[in-house]
Amino acid sequence: MIIAVASGKGGTGKTTVATSLAQSIAADGRLSAPSGAAERARAQEASQPDQKLVFLDCDVEEPNAALFLQPDLDDGQEVGILIPDVDYDRCTFCGRCAEVCPWHAIAVVGRKVLVFPELCHGCGSCTLNCPEDAIHEVLHVMGVLESGPAGPISFGHGILNVGEAMAVPIIRQLKARHMADNDVDLAILDASPGTSCPVVETMRGADFVLLVTEPTPFGLHDLRLAAQVARDELGLPVGVVVNRDGVGDTGVEEYCAAQDIPILMRIPIDRRIAEAISGGQSLVEALPEYRPHFIQLYEQILGIVSSQEERP
Amino acid sequence: MKQLVILSGKGGTGKTSVAAALAHLASQEMPVVLADADVDAANLELVLEPTKREEHVFMGGQVAVIDPDLCQLCGQCYEVCRFEAVIRGTMNPTWEPYRIDALACEGCASCVYQCPEKAIHAEEQQAGLWFRSDTRFGPLFHAHLFAGQENSGKLVTMVKQQGRLLALDEERDLLLVDGPPGIGCPVISANAGADLALIVTEPTVSGVHDLERILGTVNHFRVPALVLINKADLNPVHTTRIEAYCQDHGIDLVGKIAYDDVVTEAMVQGQPVTAYQPDGAAATTLRQAWAQVRRHLDGRA
Repeated sequence: MIIAVASGKGGTGKTTVATSLAQSIAADGRLSAPSGAAERARAQEASQPDQKLVFLDCDVEEPNAALFLQPDLDDGQEVGILIPDVDYDRCTFCGRCAEVCPWHAIAVVGRKVLVFPELCHGCGSCTLNCPEDAIHEVLHVMGVLESGPAGPISFGHGILNVGEAMAVPIIRQLKARHMADNDVDLAILDASPGTSCPVVETMRGADFVLLVTEPTPFGLHDLRLAAQVARDELGLPVGVVVNRDGVGDTGVEEYCAAQDIPILMRIPIDRRIAEAISGGQSLVEALPEYRPHFIQLYEQILGIVSSQEERP
Repeated sequence: MKQLVILSGKGGTGKTSVAAALAHLASQEMPVVLADADVDAANLELVLEPTKREEHVFMGGQVAVIDPDLCQLCGQCYEVCRFEAVIRGTMNPTWEPYRIDALACEGCASCVYQCPEKAIHAEEQQAGLWFRSDTRFGPLFHAHLFAGQENSGKLVTMVKQQGRLLALDEERDLLLVDGPPGIGCPVISANAGADLALIVTEPTVSGVHDLERILGTVNHFRVPALVLINKADLNPVHTTRIEAYCQDHGIDLVGKIAYDDVVTEAMVQGQPVTAYQPDGAAATTLRQAWAQVRRHLDGRA
């Protein structure tokens, strides 16, 4: 099961919710627990050691989850896209590569072929279309993937290099690296703010999208957009966490009721929470009394996902 | 004409609240043009109550389309696509031609060239809208990128270019750009051509971490930066860290706004905080910050 945590607006508490959800489930010692008590006991008996909880920070522009989960990270692996490199012994300067590139990332100027790595999307079309087989591809490094254990949580994140524009290839490779194994029981994906391609790339393939919002006009405006992406464009079930509950107005409440989007959890406006998080503590580390609420949140998500699966 | 961009790295530090306040303050001293460069989640309009004057279609790029009647299920398109945008067709139990997942398609057209049946073509698609509006502080250019679309950087460039042209045309002194969070493509577009970047940060571990990355980004593109700390009393240790960091790197800190519910109240009321509670502490700090920003813009710093 894959849960993506998104928001539209930045700073609503995505990382707070995602990290505390992961830590609460890890501490509880069970993953895809069925909600009945008897079944739960049976599942607990049967499974434990090989159940795997993965946490991926997909906000590769500003990855912050590691600050809270404190994983023991490996040396990292450079990642990027494959960009063209021209073999001048074969090139006839016919210009076909430039013709097929929709991003003008390759240009033929006299007897030179110029490649602009910052414009290239790494699609490989120029290589495939070169009639002389004069293009091969080389890795253009755009960032790094790091991973390692954070207690029982298997953690991974991507870091986009400063000055690089494209986050999506890093997210795609981060997901591919960790999700390829079939032994992932639960993956929690922390998305970037916004609603464009990096967020879509994070949500793709998820079973559920948890939208973290705050009850303000900005929060509501961006919640609508994020819900549109997750529910209407990608067809995924969604639920809302209202953070800083008590601040602002009732717009989010009214919107969720009208749209039939369940509010699964509320975190009240509380300076203690803000201060703990500002110092690098996660919510459930600072206030362990929230753990059962996160377990409840997880069980509600499981319930929604399994009821979706039963539909024809 | 000067161009000031407001950025933050981390989301939710208060960029738009600061942008609205500066729009209010700047417009009392000079004619300004405003641009909301957070086209994914444009919020400046919620505070400025714009009246829309113009609406334009934004064409965002191409998407591949497979003609189901021509597809022979050879799978070439699936093989060449690097964006997982081709959904495989099947022979059994029913004939299902290959299809394109338009949200995943980057429009490279690699499949268009490789299809032996010439069953695929690329179509331009509308990815959003952009608007010119009037506000009480000056004209506003803003946009709405459709859910899940690409090319937000291109739309940001469009919105800013329109703002710049109007500013030059009407001899307005300032183009004020409210930027998006992050450090990637829309941020690079928002930052391009700016004379000055104002980075709004907060004293949290995330805020500090992200501040260094956004300062690295604006520096990479050679735009000078100033820093404003929001919610400064939330964590004095990190506020001190940010101050020390700025001092070490020769970056001017233009203000520290204490955490104040009035900032959210002003947002709920659709007002810049400097207009909602002009005598409050937040408004006073913002006025002082604006005076410093102005000195830098005028080259008097």
